[in-house]
Amino acid sequence: MSITTVPKPIAGTSSFLDDRLGAGNFLKRNLRKIFPDHWSFLLGEIALYSFIVLLLTGTFLTFFFKPSMGEVPYEGSYEPLKGIMMSEAYASSLHISFDVRGGLLMRQMHHWAALLFVGGMMVHALRVFFTGAYRKPRELNWLIGVLLLTLALFEGLTGYSLPDDLLSGAGLRITEGVAISLPLVGTWITFFLFGGEYPGEDVISRFYSLHILLIPGILLALITAHMILMWVQKHTQMPGKGRTNENVVGAPFYPAFMVKAGAYFMFTFGVIALLGAFAQINPIWLFGPYTPADISAGSQPDFYMGFLEGSLRLMPPWEINIAGFTLPMSVLIPALVPMGIIMTGLALYPFIEQWVTGDRSEHHIADRPRNNPHRTSIGMAAVTFYGVLWLLGANDELASFFHISLNATTYVGRVMVFLGPAIAYYVTYRVCLGLQRSDAAVIGHGVESGVIKRLPNGEYIEVHVPPNPAIEAHVRGKAPVPMLPGADGDGGGERDGVPPKQLRGPLGRLRVKMSRAYGGEKIPLDDGHGHGEEHAAIGSGEDRSLTH
Amino acid sequence: MTDNNHDIEQPEGRVPKRVIGTPSPATSTSVLGDDERPGDQGVPGVVPQSEATARKGERIAALCFLLTLLGGIAFIASYVIFQVGDIDSARASNVALGGSLALALLAMAAGMVVWVRLVMPKYNMVQERHTMASDGRTREYVTETFKHGVDESGFVKRPMLRRTLLLAAAPLGLAPLVLLRDLGPRYSDFPEKLRHTVWGEKTKDGKPRRLVVEGTGAPIRAADFNSPGGILSVVPEGYEHDLNALAKATLILLKFRPEELKSGTNLNWAPQGIVAYSKICTHVGCPAALYEQTTHHILCPCHQSTFDAADGAKVIFGPAARPLPQLPIAVDEEGFLVATADFSVPPGPSFWERGDAEAEVRENGGHA
Repeated sequence: MSITTVPKPIAGTSSFLDDRLGAGNFLKRNLRKIFPDHWSFLLGEIALYSFIVLLLTGTFLTFFFKPSMGEVPYEGSYEPLKGIMMSEAYASSLHISFDVRGGLLMRQMHHWAALLFVGGMMVHALRVFFTGAYRKPRELNWLIGVLLLTLALFEGLTGYSLPDDLLSGAGLRITEGVAISLPLVGTWITFFLFGGEYPGEDVISRFYSLHILLIPGILLALITAHMILMWVQKHTQMPGKGRTNENVVGAPFYPAFMVKAGAYFMFTFGVIALLGAFAQINPIWLFGPYTPADISAGSQPDFYMGFLEGSLRLMPPWEINIAGFTLPMSVLIPALVPMGIIMTGLALYPFIEQWVTGDRSEHHIADRPRNNPHRTSIGMAAVTFYGVLWLLGANDELASFFHISLNATTYVGRVMVFLGPAIAYYVTYRVCLGLQRSDAAVIGHGVESGVIKRLPNGEYIEVHVPPNPAIEAHVRGKAPVPMLPGADGDGGGERDGVPPKQLRGPLGRLRVKMSRAYGGEKIPLDDGHGHGEEHAAIGSGEDRSLTH
Repeated sequence: MTDNNHDIEQPEGRVPKRVIGTPSPATSTSVLGDDERPGDQGVPGVVPQSEATARKGERIAALCFLLTLLGGIAFIASYVIFQVGDIDSARASNVALGGSLALALLAMAAGMVVWVRLVMPKYNMVQERHTMASDGRTREYVTETFKHGVDESGFVKRPMLRRTLLLAAAPLGLAPLVLLRDLGPRYSDFPEKLRHTVWGEKTKDGKPRRLVVEGTGAPIRAADFNSPGGILSVVPEGYEHDLNALAKATLILLKFRPEELKSGTNLNWAPQGIVAYSKICTHVGCPAALYEQTTHHILCPCHQSTFDAADGAKVIFGPAARPLPQLPIAVDEEGFLVATADFSVPPGPSFWERGDAEAEVRENGGHA
């Protein structure tokens, strides 16, 4: 049954809005906006919907939480802590957990949603990186994303500290120890943050206003900007049949994408509810109230802080004293350098890549990661660097679980943090080339059909058939990684013996060298199609991979 | 790969089987979406579902939505039925509320997915992209308009206007920063505060401050703390619940046989082989709370800095750069342990203004 007229309530409302806002023009352009489909495009949505869940559950928590460090005796219903002196923050967190219906659920969902929020952002960022979706014109949205990730870490840190239990206090103490180590401003920052000496009586209420107002406000604004830019610039698409750099192929916003997105929100929300119901997280009542005099062994931060914890654990002791001042390098380096490398590296990558490739054109077709092997290898090296630090953040757990020496895990980590990324780079590069070769084989020779044929001379062969056109289009949708003009010649970029002026200096020559290594086609697709005598092409063709 | 791309005459309609791990051949359906089936649809790229599929989808989706209905009702019922007030009832309520909420949400998600996939058409619509940049004429127009605006406003032509405006804005912009000044105390206070702990203060009646056991607050009789290998977590008398004091003054108290102590430990501060070290790790300030009796190792559980308690708590592993400071202690006339002075160096994590306090103490002939 199809409708012939728009139902009156909807028609009435729309005319009302159109008369006043001119909404019709906007809707005309956007109702049927096309959204391309790929499973990896859903990763960012996990983060988006987790953020909505965070806002909802977080608002509920603020109704009951008391951000105060005033000491009160606990008089709630959790027997083991009755009568014990604790901060109001901790007492109200216990109250939420045991004396408010649904409070425990909201607390656990809030914590799980936070983990999913940061985790979703990370995998989304990796997807965008490995497919080159940060390229022009999307660099600004990429920068917004990097900012969002950084802010999310601070949002997590401030929220983690609020319940004021022994575990969260340990995290706060480490934060203080790191902040006070900063040269020149360290004591200022800590005394201003804590309103005096650690722990003071101000930090919870200050973190509270940062956690529920300032940072989420900025996050919300940036997420909105992120969405608007994505909307205006249209989403990238994977290469495929009929997909070009000038079009976008997929399902329309109304009605299909709308409902899909709604379903995905429900799914994310549902999974978080499932986790909140059945997977206990942060059982603060077991830890007791915070005191700087105690700690429980095996204290672990949330997963997204693990790499900082690991780098602190990894560092050998090193402290410099000059002219009466102290530089605690064994805190400064691990606290600032890995985070600096990762965040700055992420932020600058699109621009460094542009500088190396000289590529200023717009890209709307996502790269398959194998087709830009150096980028993929750099990404995997960074992932390995992060991963080693992250694992080392739990080296006490690893040591006790696998019954190995704790000190050995640290020594191995100190080596692996440098060696691991190098190995990852090399292995990823070879894997990318291998995958490109297998693509070339599919295009050049076709697909194994499973049909065995006996030739007149007695030889048995397996019949190859041309690949599915959709898959062929997907595989063929690759372009050589761009290079600086002049860098692609065999003679080293000097077409007429004279390189362009800006490439003559040492930096220019380095740039040409990098461009030649980074750019170009490592394994060209063999274009003679399926049926013929061109099989020797693979291997003898222009496989330039070994020269780089 | 073998050389085997020979053309063969295949029987009409014969579909070669697919080898696992290879892309499917042309004739089978693909994961990347079928070619557009020519149909009687009006809009290109929109292939309606068959009525049978759509009807099946409708039924499944409706079933899912009914589950959501049940989940929602169960949630409200759970809220009413399950009261909270102790750990077990809170857990039961949590499982009931969370389980029913999850059921409602996941069923709705499933229903909506079925709705899109089985009821709505298959879409493969195409839309054009345009470069983000505006065309040259637009850019030119904007440039011209901008120039006109500059002229009309007089912002460039009238320097007095411009300069006074910028001048006026500067202090106004600084005002919010100035407001933040009272977040912290006076600067002259804080490096000094970090150097001293309450161990340096005498009690109200002018006596040295006693060491008391953390938790019970009981003073410690040296004669009672007599089994070698013993360990206590110790706080200053009168400051048992002052977190600011505890953040610097908490101690770890250890009992040694005299022959176990090495040169790093100040024996004058070790009455009857009892040694008190700051419990606050010199790395980033976690309590160094773990002690291994046989090796005399103090271990910080946060970042695993390890200190040799028999040898002045010097660092033997981990990121901490300095030993845990030793507190000068003695036994008072009643036999209790007391602090005779403050730490000779600031305890806890390093900070910019700290300097090499240990070297200064040694220069003055003292023991760090």
